[in-house]
Amino acid sequence: MDFETVIGLEVHAQLKTDSKIFCSCPTEFGKGENTNICPVCTGQPGVLPVLNEKAVEFIAKTGLALNCRVNTRSIFARKQYFYPDLPKNYQISQYELPVCESGFVDIKIDKETKRIRVHRIHLEEDAGKLLHAIGARELDHSLVDYNRTGVPLMEIVSEADMRSPEEAYQYLSALKNILEYLGVSDCDMEEGKFRCDANISLRPYGQKEFGTKAELKNMNTLKGVREALEHEVERQAEILSAGGKIIQETRLWDAGLGETRSMRVKEEAHDYRYFPEPDLVPIELDEKYVSAVKAGLPELPEARSNRFAAELGLSEYDASVLTSEKPLADYFEAALPEKDAAKLTANWVISELLGRLNASGTNINTSPVGPENLRGLLKLIQNGTISGKIAKTVFDDMFNTGKNAGTIVEEKGLTQISDEAALAKLCGEAIAETPKAVEEYRSGKERALGSLVGVVMKKTQGKANPGLVNKILKEKLS
Amino acid sequence: MKITNKEVDYAARLARLELSAEEKEKYSAQLESILKYIDKLNELDTSGVKPTSHVMDIVNVWRKDISARSSEELVENILANAPERSGNFYKVKKIIE
Repeated sequence: MDFETVIGLEVHAQLKTDSKIFCSCPTEFGKGENTNICPVCTGQPGVLPVLNEKAVEFIAKTGLALNCRVNTRSIFARKQYFYPDLPKNYQISQYELPVCESGFVDIKIDKETKRIRVHRIHLEEDAGKLLHAIGARELDHSLVDYNRTGVPLMEIVSEADMRSPEEAYQYLSALKNILEYLGVSDCDMEEGKFRCDANISLRPYGQKEFGTKAELKNMNTLKGVREALEHEVERQAEILSAGGKIIQETRLWDAGLGETRSMRVKEEAHDYRYFPEPDLVPIELDEKYVSAVKAGLPELPEARSNRFAAELGLSEYDASVLTSEKPLADYFEAALPEKDAAKLTANWVISELLGRLNASGTNINTSPVGPENLRGLLKLIQNGTISGKIAKTVFDDMFNTGKNAGTIVEEKGLTQISDEAALAKLCGEAIAETPKAVEEYRSGKERALGSLVGVVMKKTQGKANPGLVNKILKEKLS
Repeated sequence: MKITNKEVDYAARLARLELSAEEKEKYSAQLESILKYIDKLNELDTSGVKPTSHVMDIVNVWRKDISARSSEELVENILANAPERSGNFYKVKKIIE
């Protein structure tokens, strides 16, 4: 039996503020456990949380970029449960009246645009970190570090609009890219700054009602999300095909084993008893506030891609590859020597640079060849100092040594030979040494000219200007 | 609404309270009278009243995003209030995820 997959995603993105959401503790880590704590975030009696205005600005920005309505009025709520990573025994979150509602993200699937709706975006505080082992040594107790408690999060909840793991992957990639363009979150999944929980269920094609869903957690990379969903599709299809029932539960993805497993917790009904947070007053965002935030929005991936195509004449494909990650698009623009060199630059960034980065397991942020350096190389190609072929060997050197293009060309004497008199002499030699090719060319075989060019190239270790050599040979043989 | 021991048990478990049989009797009667009062309030027509989410009529109390780390002394005072500690960690009963 064939089933239709239904996926909805909840993303928690850490907002890139300097201080926590309701107190002044720093959000940066690395100063030792329980150093970024204060009476407010550890929930001491009688303290008063005060909202960080940057968190409001960031969520409003995100809402507008994701085509949401920014609510005029929104309120905080207490979500109550007992767990040691939550010192107050409640989390300050939003329930009724979140800051943003009803948006969408457009993704590309098989060259078609598909719209994934965003249900809501709300603000909340992060919880602390629990430690159950020190290194390999399992503890007989647990340790709590509250440094992360109160770090601002925004939860972005999609509608159950995705119909395949690939769509979920594309949605997450697009979302992450937009947040990076906005500069509201570092979106580092491995550091937990961009976390994704996935709800997934199957149903027979044509059925209107959703099937019973499982919630997947513990995916630490975008690819991990896709793999976990692919695995879950198979697991649920197997159960349903055998006439079994899916149990509604939370399952943890084990990237090492490549499978999900049940959390096997006692399934007591969650009853969070949300109620309006009495310590915080409502947020009211009037039209003036929203239009000011809107005016401050940076160029987003889609607009940048369109600009690359329209103003620089890049193909739609090149433009979308270059804008698929903000650092890559920034690199491209910094490396671009001039408008006319857009296609040349795009080719170098997409094939040579990305190819080398992938092969060496690094990425654009840690590229040994910086954008200024690549621009230097592109200029040498443009002004004819080196040929495109020589440029590739220069680029290899740049990648390995970090030296700039000009230095390498000078040190290795790779400057292209464009001296007509010198080339004419070498062409003469080539004609004298290769009578067979000359005869073939004269009898109408245009291609034979190639071997003569080859001879000249060999004599100059590839440094001869190939266009010029072609021209001189033709003149001499006519 | 009739409040039985079952509802009291449920609320007590959510709040992590351990109640004796006498307490359960006492609280179910008290909770029932509170809910009866709510029923009485429900007789009023409130269709034109905005839901109250905060008692004070103010909005947008915000602070600038400026960070300041607590002094070591303050952190020490906070940790001194931990039920149990291990170095700079709070120590709790083993939690299995």
